[in-house]
Order: sequence, then structure tokens, then C-alpha cells
Amino acid sequence: MEHGTTAEPEQRPQTADGDYRRSPREEERRQFRRARDRRNRWTAALCTIAFVAAVAAATVASPGWERVHALFLDGAEFRHALPEVLDGFWLNVRMFLIAEVLILVLGLLVALVRVTRAPGLQPLRLAATVYVDVFRGVPTLLLVFLVGFGLPALRLQGTPSQPWVLGVIALVLSYTAYVAEVLRAGLESVHPAQRNAARALGLSTPQALRYVVLPQAVRNVLPPLLNDFIALQKDTALVAVLGPLEALRAAQIKADYDFNYTPYLAAALLFIAVTVPLTRVADRLQRRAAQRAWTETGR
Amino acid sequence: MSEALLRIRGLRKSYDSRLVLRSVDLDVAEHQVVCLIGGSGSGKSTLLRCVDLLDVVDDGTVHLGDTELTDPRLDADLVRRRIGIVFQAYNLFPHLSVLDNITLAPRRVHRVPRAQAEETARELLDRLGLADKAADHPERLSGGQQQRAAIARALATGPELLLLDEITSALDPGLVGEVLDVVTDLKQRGMTILMATHEMGFARHAADRVCFLEDGVVREQGTAEQVLTDPRHPATRRFLSRVLDR
Ligand SMILES: Nc1ncnc2c1ncn2[C@@H]1O[C@H](COP(=O)(O)OP(=O)(O)OP(=O)(O)O)[C@@H](O)[C@H]1O
Ligand SMILES: [Mg+2]
Repeated sequence: MEHGTTAEPEQRPQTADGDYRRSPREEERRQFRRARDRRNRWTAALCTIAFVAAVAAATVASPGWERVHALFLDGAEFRHALPEVLDGFWLNVRMFLIAEVLILVLGLLVALVRVTRAPGLQPLRLAATVYVDVFRGVPTLLLVFLVGFGLPALRLQGTPSQPWVLGVIALVLSYTAYVAEVLRAGLESVHPAQRNAARALGLSTPQALRYVVLPQAVRNVLPPLLNDFIALQKDTALVAVLGPLEALRAAQIKADYDFNYTPYLAAALLFIAVTVPLTRVADRLQRRAAQRAWTETGR
Repeated sequence: MSEALLRIRGLRKSYDSRLVLRSVDLDVAEHQVVCLIGGSGSGKSTLLRCVDLLDVVDDGTVHLGDTELTDPRLDADLVRRRIGIVFQAYNLFPHLSVLDNITLAPRRVHRVPRAQAEETARELLDRLGLADKAADHPERLSGGQQQRAAIARALATGPELLLLDEITSALDPGLVGEVLDVVTDLKQRGMTILMATHEMGFARHAADRVCFLEDGVVREQGTAEQVLTDPRHPATRRFLSRVLDR
């Protein structure tokens, strides 16, 4: 065929597609893909079962299993301990919710200070840099000790004395340093052309930041940000060393009293119960970001 | 004439509920240059992505030589080794020098020894007028140079078929010529090319065939001369008067 127009004349209805039927070849392809997916699912399921069975068998066959079972997996002890540990866990939840809000606000401030170029802000920029360097370098547990015991020792007017508040302060100090760095990376990942485009439309510098740069920055770093929050949720247990009755402390008291470690298991399960949903959200966001990167550059 | 190298039959592709390609039939014979024209959003890029298996088709078949590319049993990587593709946005790897961009696939995928891969790459760069840019990183190159480097990269694996997706539309008018000259040179060397383009002048003198894509089908196709100067279909005429007016 050297030349020809596709025969249909102009008056063919624009959306006429109702008469489309899948070709036999396409049906066959779909059938093949379905069969392959089914096979893959079976393989995945069998491999998983075999793996879990092997691990379980190795655990149960180990010489110390009897003892471990009695000390860590005591059903009655678990039921007994769970309400008390759960009571303590509410304190963890309160601590990380409060800390997360503070960390976001303070982290953003530190990040903004670090990316600005205004010469007048040099001292602030220096302070922010020193802060980040110092507080990322100090182990979180050490910071909890220092704030928890050091701050009250100063006997300043108005310093809080409740241990859990001091714990939150320590966590905020530590995690703000991480989150500020994540947000700074996000701010710097937004192409300068975006800021210029916003300025060209007449937006002021703060407006460009607020409406154009920051939304993209947060979008870019949401997965690592959530990772930090997941780590923070677990690290609320560090506050146990200051003595407030949070989940780990409650479990510890119960365990010492009953000479059984099962309460720790209860505490562990509670921490997992709140981090798993957040982990899944982080995964989903990461996948979405990857897809977006794909469609933005793949054409 | 024997069977065409690339044969597309009844190709159908939609994104979500949006039907982009309804039923595309298209042949590209060996050593031919076929230009795809059509309005923005008519599915030219989609068609090229389907041929390179970057997207899964909803229906229809694509054959390259004796291989059915749309066969789900097929290893897509093996097929892609036979096809080169160049995008509008170059997509050179920013962390590699031009030379390393070009030798990456020959060395890592085709296991060509480094010395040999680099020799081939230098020959290509020489031909495309980039001999002195081998050691530079992409950001040091102009748009036209980057696009020529991207073409060199696509050619380095010795593909049977080259797909070009609006390779000049991100370029300054002054740089368009140098890139299109490369395509003309490839045509003279017998390369088989399927390209989406908005450059009607180029299509007229370089294309063996021109296909007008509209409403999910190939509305009209024929020799460049015929389609571009004497279109039979009213939709083609409307499209051409729009783009040629500018
Ligand atoms: N990944 C995707 N997801 C959803 N829709 C898509 C995707 N890729 C393309 N489309 C849609 O498919 C249609 C065809 O797009 P395509 O990029 O193939 O057009 P085109 O002919 O190459 O246009 P242009 O000349 O502007 O490059 C468009 O309406 C587009 O919105
Ligand atoms: Mg396109």
C-alpha cells in the first residue's frame, strides 16, 4: 500500500468505540499474564511458608527454647500485663504527637535559616549550623539524661519538672536537628528555575517560598521525613530512664515484679502497632514519588 | 516488496479511561525513514513508547522482523537491545561523561570490552561532530550537542531500529539543523527510523513516508510529497494549515 486514507469518513462519531471487542491475541495474552501472575503468587506463598516454617522449626528446636517460651511468651502474663503497659503507652503516644508538631515547626525554622542568603542573618545561620552539628552528634539517650537531670538542676524559674516533659524536650532537640537537615535537602532539591518562575509572576520571596518552593520541597522529602517520625515514635521509650510511667517503664516494673519478660513483648507489640501503618504510608508515598519521577522524565 | 521490518497492527492503548490509540496500523520498511505527525496529545510519544515496550499495549501486535514484541513471554530487555530510542528531553545521565554515557550500554549490557566500546563511541562522536566533547559532562554541552550525544548513545549498541521522539522540539531554531543533519546522515547510511516530529520541512525532504496520527488512528499516510502537499483527508488538511501557517 503506497498511499491511502483510513477509509472512515468525517461523520464517524468521535467516541464510537462501543463496538470494540478484544482481539483473540489480546485475550490469549491476558490469559497468559493471569496464569503467570497466579504462578508467581503460588511461588511467593510457598517460599514464604517454607521460610517461616524453617525459622520456627530452628527456634523451637534450640536448646533454650523451653526457658525462653516460659519467660517471654507466657499467655496469662501477657493478658495480665497488657492493660498496664497500654496505660503507659498512651503517654508515649502523647509524647510523640506533641514532639512531632514541635519538631516540624522548629525543624522548618532551622532549615529556612540555613538556606537563606541574607547577610544580616549570618549569626543565626551560624547558630543553626552549630545546633545541627552538635545535636545530631550527641546520642539521643545521652541527651535525655542531660536534659532530664541537668535542666532541673539549674533551678531556673519556670523550667518544667515533670520527667515526661523533659523527655519530650530532649527528643525535640535531637530530632529537630535531623528533620531540619531533611527539610533543607528538600528545599535545595527544588530547581532554582521554579523560584524564578514564581518571582516572574510577581510573587514576593516569602510567597514564592510558601506557595511554590515549600510544597515541592515537602513533597520531595516526605518519605525520609516519615522515616524520622517512625524512629521518633520508638525513641519515646528512651524517656523511660527518667522514670515516667510510659510503656517500657510500665513493662519493666511488671517484669521485675513477676520475674517474667512477657510484658516487654506486650510493649514491643504496641510500638509495632503504631509504626506499621506509618511505615506503609511512607512506602506508598515513596512509590508514588518514584512513579512521578518516571513520568516526568520518561517521555 | 518483502515484509516491513516494523509492523504495527491494531495497536490500542489507553491511560486510565482515556483512549489514546484506538487502532494503529503502521509499517516501517528496512532502511526507511517514517515520520509521525499529528497534533499535540495525538499519541505520537505513546506509540513510540509502546514499540519500545516502555508501556504495555492494550491490544494489537507489534512485530520487529520475526519477533512479536507484544508477546508477554518475551524478555523486554532483549528486545530493547535491538531498538534505540531518543527522547525530546535528551535524558543523558548527568553523572557520566559523554563518552561514558555512550559506552554504558555496550559495556554493561552487551559486554563489549572497554577499549573496543570506547573506540566505537569515538567514531560515533566524530561522525556526529562531537569529537572534542567526549570527556565533558552533559551539562557543559549545548542543547543541540546534548541531543546529538543522546543519538550517539542510542546508536552505540547497533540497533536495527531507531525511534526518535520530537528530538528537536526542545532546541533553539539555530540548533535544529545540526540535529536533523545527523538524521539525514543516518538515513543515507541505511538506518531504519521511526520519528515523531513537528518539523514539516524536514519531513518533506527526509521522510520516505509520512503518517498523520489523529483520533487514535493513522488518518492518512503516504509519501512525504503526497501527504504534505496534497493531503486527501480533511483532518490532515486542517492540521497542516494550522502548523504550516506559523
Ligand atoms: N503516563 C500517562 N498517564 C496518563 N496519560 C498519559 C500518559 N502519557 C500520555 N498520556 C496522555 O496520552 C495522550 C497522548 O500523549 P502523547 O504524549 O503520546 O502525545 P503526543 O502526540 O506525543 O503529543 P506531543 O506532540 O505534545 O508530544 C495525552 O492526552 C496524554 O495526556
Ligand atoms: Mg510527544
